[in-house]
Amino acid sequence: MSTKMQKPLPGINKLNKPFWEATKRHELVLQHCCKCGVYRYPVGLTCPECVSDELEWRKVSGRGVVYTWTVFHRAYHPAFANEIPYAVVAVELDEGPRMITNLVDCQLANIKIGMPVEVTFEDVNEEISLPKFRPV
Amino acid sequence: MKDKSAVVGLGYTEQGKLPGRSALSLYIEAGKNATIDAGLSTKDIDGLIIEPCPTDPRISAFSLAQEMGIELSFGADEQLQGASAGAIMQHAAMAVDAGLCKYCLCAFADTSYSSPGIGGVIYQVGGGINAAYGMFGVAASYAMIAKRYMHEYGATNRQFGTVSVTFRYHASLNPRAVFREPMTIEDHQASRWVVEPLRLLDCCPVHDGGRALIITTAENALQLRHAPVYIMGFGQGHPFDDPLRRKKLTVTGAVQSGKTAFAMAEISPADIDMCCIYDAFSFVVPLQLEDLGFCKKGEGPDFIQNGRIGLGGELPVNTSGGLLSEVYLQGWVGTHEAVSQLRGNCGERQVRGAEIVILTSSGGALSEHATVILRR
Repeated sequence: MSTKMQKPLPGINKLNKPFWEATKRHELVLQHCCKCGVYRYPVGLTCPECVSDELEWRKVSGRGVVYTWTVFHRAYHPAFANEIPYAVVAVELDEGPRMITNLVDCQLANIKIGMPVEVTFEDVNEEISLPKFRPV
Repeated sequence: MKDKSAVVGLGYTEQGKLPGRSALSLYIEAGKNATIDAGLSTKDIDGLIIEPCPTDPRISAFSLAQEMGIELSFGADEQLQGASAGAIMQHAAMAVDAGLCKYCLCAFADTSYSSPGIGGVIYQVGGGINAAYGMFGVAASYAMIAKRYMHEYGATNRQFGTVSVTFRYHASLNPRAVFREPMTIEDHQASRWVVEPLRLLDCCPVHDGGRALIITTAENALQLRHAPVYIMGFGQGHPFDDPLRRKKLTVTGAVQSGKTAFAMAEISPADIDMCCIYDAFSFVVPLQLEDLGFCKKGEGPDFIQNGRIGLGGELPVNTSGGLLSEVYLQGWVGTHEAVSQLRGNCGERQVRGAEIVILTSSGGALSEHATVILRR
């Protein structure tokens, strides 16, 4: 019974496959609207500005700022029980969209809204590298 | 639609922790009690709208009507999460005005406290990519809104505590309330963090229970047992479901739903005697008061201090104890308190001279929003 509880991992599907192939290469890519130029995240079918379905994947800067955050003092999932208290942050990317993520190399007491961050990648297994962020 | 319809019946069940009660039995009991309260028979009901039950989504308006022996000329299942109650009242008002039905029953039941394995878990969902980062539960989405709000306007968790403490006092005067023991601001500040910046006493629990109400035309309402409570105005506003995809995280759907409701009612916030505000979390009360126009954006946390939202204050809010202290039955707590106050049936917690009440209900993470203005 010493098996470590696995954290939930995202499922790879036809739609989000390019995103996870890029993170594997340690690149952050987002869907970009060929009609109006807006970037979108989370991954979806159409551009939320003009509803065009002509989306292409583009590498983005990986830079942004902490838009808001919360600290979990309760484990909603057993795999996170040993990490309490831990922070989940929303990063607003320079390209516009906001991402739910975690910070690395940053103590809870040092997290500030507006602080500049850049992407880094956590290689979880052969398929998944999770984009996380660290202060710059 | 101003004053064209009225609430004429209220149905309650036991509420709180009801192990062994099925959701269907709670819908039926609440519905039946609403007809008794109105002085009607279930055979008089010809319209039914339900908010689907979180723990038993198989129950529909049509299966419930069948169980109650009601043949419908109008029916709907309406899912706006916590905003369903207000939105369903609006739909019912339009249905009776359009002549689709005469007496429209509106009902909800939940067994989230007692349903093993599903209960509270429904409100703790996580999935997709966000779960990989440990992002679970609706409370965390609210916490992110609260954090951003505190950053933008300099509010503190202690200021939010005034909401919890005030509503607990109100609940102490409400025999129906689940949480009646006194709470001080020190108790609030000493309660543990759940998802910071929200403490345990900033968050409502989940419960079991059922609620129903009946809406008919203003004309029909005059023939029934209670003095009618008229629906003066209503509106809705639905910012995106995912709060992070909204341009402004700290602006609620109350801006639009309130504007539409006030315009229909042809009144302004100055005409409101008291409020029933959706309060799944303490801080959403000042946010909605701001967005409804009771004070300027960012001033809510100061506005609610010094007894203003308490009984005897300038603008009493959630005199039943609300979701935070009466019971968590989504939007169906405020509906019943608003109507009871306007009937003058609230005993020790009665707001003297209450003539016009504003009622809000809100779903998701301040994602769906409905406002209803009622008068006696």
